[in-house]
Formats: sequence, structure tokens, C-alpha cells
Amino acid sequence: MASLVLRNLVKTYDKTTVLHGISLEVEDGEFIVFVGPSGCGKSTTLRLIAGLEETTAGEVEIEGRVVNHLKPKERNIAMVFQNYAIYPHMTVRKNIGFGLRTSNLTKAEKMARLEDVASVLEMTELLDRKPSQLSGGQRQRVAIGRAMVRDPAVFLFDEPLSNLDAQLRTQMRLEIKKLHQRVGNTIIFVTHDQVEAMTLADRIVIMKDGHILQVGKPSDVYHRPANTFVAGFIGAPSMNMLQCTVDGGLARLASGPDIQLDIDVSQGRSVILGVRPDDLHPSGDNPFLKGTVTVREPLGPDTLIYVDTPSGEVIAKADGQHPPDIGETVQLSASRSRLHVFDAETGMSLDSNA
Amino acid sequence: MGSAVAQIRASSKTLLASGRPRTSASTGQVIRWLILFIGGVLMVMPIAYMISTSLKWPHEIYNLALVPNEPHLENYTYVLEDGRFYGWFVNSLVIATITTISNILFDSLVGYTLCKFRFPGRYIVFIAILSTLMIPTEMLVIPWYLMSQAFGWLDSYWGIMFPGLMTAFGTFLMKQFFETVPDDFIEAARIDGLNELAIWWTVAMPLVRPALAALAIFVFLGNWTAFIWPLIVTNSVDMYTLPVGLSSFGDEADVQWELIMTGAAISTIPTLVVFLIFQRFIIRGVVMAGLKG
Repeated sequence: MASLVLRNLVKTYDKTTVLHGISLEVEDGEFIVFVGPSGCGKSTTLRLIAGLEETTAGEVEIEGRVVNHLKPKERNIAMVFQNYAIYPHMTVRKNIGFGLRTSNLTKAEKMARLEDVASVLEMTELLDRKPSQLSGGQRQRVAIGRAMVRDPAVFLFDEPLSNLDAQLRTQMRLEIKKLHQRVGNTIIFVTHDQVEAMTLADRIVIMKDGHILQVGKPSDVYHRPANTFVAGFIGAPSMNMLQCTVDGGLARLASGPDIQLDIDVSQGRSVILGVRPDDLHPSGDNPFLKGTVTVREPLGPDTLIYVDTPSGEVIAKADGQHPPDIGETVQLSASRSRLHVFDAETGMSLDSNA
Repeated sequence: MGSAVAQIRASSKTLLASGRPRTSASTGQVIRWLILFIGGVLMVMPIAYMISTSLKWPHEIYNLALVPNEPHLENYTYVLEDGRFYGWFVNSLVIATITTISNILFDSLVGYTLCKFRFPGRYIVFIAILSTLMIPTEMLVIPWYLMSQAFGWLDSYWGIMFPGLMTAFGTFLMKQFFETVPDDFIEAARIDGLNELAIWWTVAMPLVRPALAALAIFVFLGNWTAFIWPLIVTNSVDMYTLPVGLSSFGDEADVQWELIMTGAAISTIPTLVVFLIFQRFIIRGVVMAGLKG
């Protein structure tokens, strides 16, 4: 059974519509990540699910029950906030136990559940500390603990890692993933970081301007982006986009050899050829781009090279130990199967498998 | 390597030799200190004279010497043995305490509502409350008196207290402080199942403790020292508050300054206690401890 269903959700503030009919079905135990740039409506969607905002139109259904008119506490959800929102005047024990204040459990049951959560999060030693005595990562764990202790149908995470430093973020990301594997609850996670989205999600929901642009497994949205926005947003560095015109089934770049397209595109139509930097390498085999290296970014095993070509600047991946020099002319090639074709006007993918 | 060590040694010797830098105070600093000193004297002198006068005999009170010729505690014995003083003290204590608690509860409740709830007319209500700050107390005294008379509150605790049970200033102060409490705290508590009143009491109020302490000090001191309204609304000596009662030690013919000053000296003790209790709460930054590290 789907644990969460969103049906045509619309949210309007005054005269501005920030969500234009969001629909999604989330299976029980699924880890869903909403990702998109600032202002795309991902946090608003989360707040509508939580009941912190009222929907203008549409339905939110949790565990088969429409919850639009229920208060947040009646929705069987728990939320972890970006700023953690753990109460500074309470100890860790009281913070975690706070979610059980209004439950019908006996005192002994509450204690047992609190101890259980503290042990899962490895916080038993810290239960009597105040938040000011905790590190950023520990505070985040307290916030997660407060959500876990209620054993909700759906966990909502609102950019919970964005305030942590890079190292801690990676560590907490792993912990959240392990936690999900252990407890198995449904998680809706909002982030603007596509790496977080890729690493955590069972399915990613990519949003822009209040619309869902694509929903799919991380590998799907990476390898088969539905449009240029998804193609550019997922993957770092972004996909290279090259303007082409179609001539007799061939994509013609500003210079260089024409590229045979496997898809049926009408004559003279403008298309965008997308190729990820990971798939574009300096090589002598069937190169289709030629240009001068302007910048090198060593990453260790690989080096990113920025190449100035007649079709614009592109990023390619070169060998980490022997990258081309700056100013050197290189020929770039990519496997045909790694090329993506988008309609230049609509931005939608023209790939047959997208 | 060796030369580097030598260089470091040489430079540290120079530093040590120079010792603490001798600085002569600039003219600007001297003027600043002088102004601060005069300010300090102006603040302390009335208190010093109050204590000094309370230790003097009646014939000595117009002698401006700060140290009494024959210091004694007879005035304290007289005031403390005078039954009326205890009554006034208790009246003032009851009134100041109840008014302080009332202000802490209701000013913060209204401030919280105006700050954290979105409802039509919110700004109009807030501006209306603020605008009452512009009305001088003297203008309100007659309506208050007529109200007290109409409700039968003259010469009662209720009559003395009712104008100050809630204040526009307190509401404004609390609203501004609640602005510093992130909405995430409130929303987290809402998701955790608390009702709005419980959120205000268990989550929001502890986070604005510094403001509550400041408000408590202001309100307590304001009511402890209030004179005009208690003087107007009370008739019987038993209902006098301390400042009104102390003023009764003097009449047109003879003002017993030494007794007034003794009473005033004793009456400063609760204000000191209140200040010492609450000032430790006035430590900013407690709100931030639960947020990002």
C-alpha cells in the first residue's frame, strides 16, 4: 500500500502559485528525495504533507486516509528541521522524549522507547546533556531521535544536512541511510544537493518552479534525464549542452564531423546534444569536438579539463596523471550511447528510452 | 635552523625587555573617565544621602555632611516598630508581585500571539497597542478613577493594580523578543502534538527568559515605586503603598526626612533582591543553542 499519496496539490500565496498540481505516490518504506533549486516548491510540498501549511487545492493521503483537514499531530508524521529545532532549555532526554508527551504510552513504555532510540543513535551517554554541550552532528542526531521516538508512518526531513560541514554531512548521510535500512519507515527528504539526492534516494523527485519535472531512480534520472533542466541539475559538473541542427538524420555542430542520430528528428530542427563530462574524454577515436584546454581541475584519479570549442566551452574528464596541458589542442570523443538529444525549443528529451 | 632559533630568541628578548607598554592616558580618555565619574557620583549620591540621613538625628538633617556627627539606628527602630510600615510594605509587595506575574503572563501571551499567528488585523491591533504608549499617565488618571469608582474598586488592591496588570510596553517588548524565536521551534512542537497554549508555555516562554527577566524587573520596580495612582486611589492609611505611606511621615508643618529616608532605605531591599534574582537570566544567546552549530 502506498503510505503517502499526493493528488494534484496546489498552493497559492496571495496571487502567486508556488505549486502547480503536484501528484506522487510513495510506497511504504520508500526513501523519496525531493530535489531542486531554491524556490522550486520542495519545502512547501513537505510543509503541506506535514500540515504546517494549508493546501489551496488537492489532497494529501497518508496511510489511506485523506489528512488535509487534520492537524500536524494527527497525521502520524514526524519532521526533522533544517535548523534541528531542538529545544535549548531541555536535556537530550527531554528533547527526544518531547514527542511522546501527548502519546498514550505508559511511563515505562515511554522510557523504554526513549532508551531504544538513544541506543540506535548511539546517544545513551549524552542523554543528560543540554544541546549547547553537543556538536552539530550530535544535535542533528537528537533531532532525528525526537522524530524516531514517535515511530511515525512518514518521516519528513527538511534539508537536515545543509548546516553541517562537508565531512560531517557525508557521515550523517551514511547514518541516515543506515537508519532507513534498519527502521524501514517511509522517508520524504528535501534537499537542494543533488549528491545527497543521488546517494540517499530510492526515487528522486526533481522539481522546478512548482512542477515535478521527473520522478525516477537515481540511475534513471542520471542516465535518462527527461529534459535539459534535469540533465543539467543532476550530476556534477553539469552535462555539456551543445546546440545542433538536424540535417538528414545527422546532428550538425558548429564545426567538426556530423553525428548520426538514432532517433527520428525532422529536417532542420534545432536540437541540443547533451554529453556528461564523465563521458567526454580526450581521445583520437571518432572525435567530434576539437578545442583548446583553458583550465585544469585535478581531482586525484581524474582531471577535469575545460575546453574552448567552436560550440562553446565544454568540460571533459582526462587522465589524472597525464592530463593535457593548458593551451593544448585536444580532440574529444564520447560513446554514441552516452549522447543525449533534447529538443532545443521545449528542452524535452528526444531519446527513445527517456 | 640555528640562526632562526637565535632570531626568535632575540625578538622575544626585545619583547620581554619592553614589558607592558606604558601608555599615558590621552585627553579624550581623561574626559571620558571624568564624565563617567560624574555620572557615577550623580547616581550614587542620592543613595548615599538617603542612607546618611537615615542615620542622623532630626536636628542634623539639614547638615549636608555625608557622614553623620552622631550616627544611630533609632530611626530604623522607630520605623520598624511602627505597625503601619509593615502594612505598607506588604501592600507594595503584594501589588508589585501580582502585577509582575500578570504582566509576565499576559504581555507575553499577547506578544506571542501578535508575533507567531497570522490573522487579519494583526498589525492594526499591534499599532493600536503601541499607540497607547503615547498617552501620558496623567491623562488617564481621571478615567481610571471614574472606572474604579464605578466598579467599587476605590481603596482596594484591585483598584491600585488594574491599570498596570498589562502594559503596552511589555507587550511590545515581548513581541520583539518572540521574533527571535525561530518558527521551527514552534512548528516542531506543533508536530509533536502540543496545543498552542502548551507550545507558548513549554517552548516559547523558556526561550525568551532574558526578556521575561527584564520585564519582571521593569514592572516590579515600576509598581514598587509607583506614587501618583496609589495616592489617588487609596483613602485609608491601611491601603497605602510604601511610597504613599512614607510620604505621610511628612505634613505641611513638619517633614520627618530622617524617617522618610529610613523607610526609603528599607524599601530598596526588595528591589535589590528582585534585581539580583532576575539579572542572571538576562543572558542573551540561549535561543541560539538549539539551532545549527
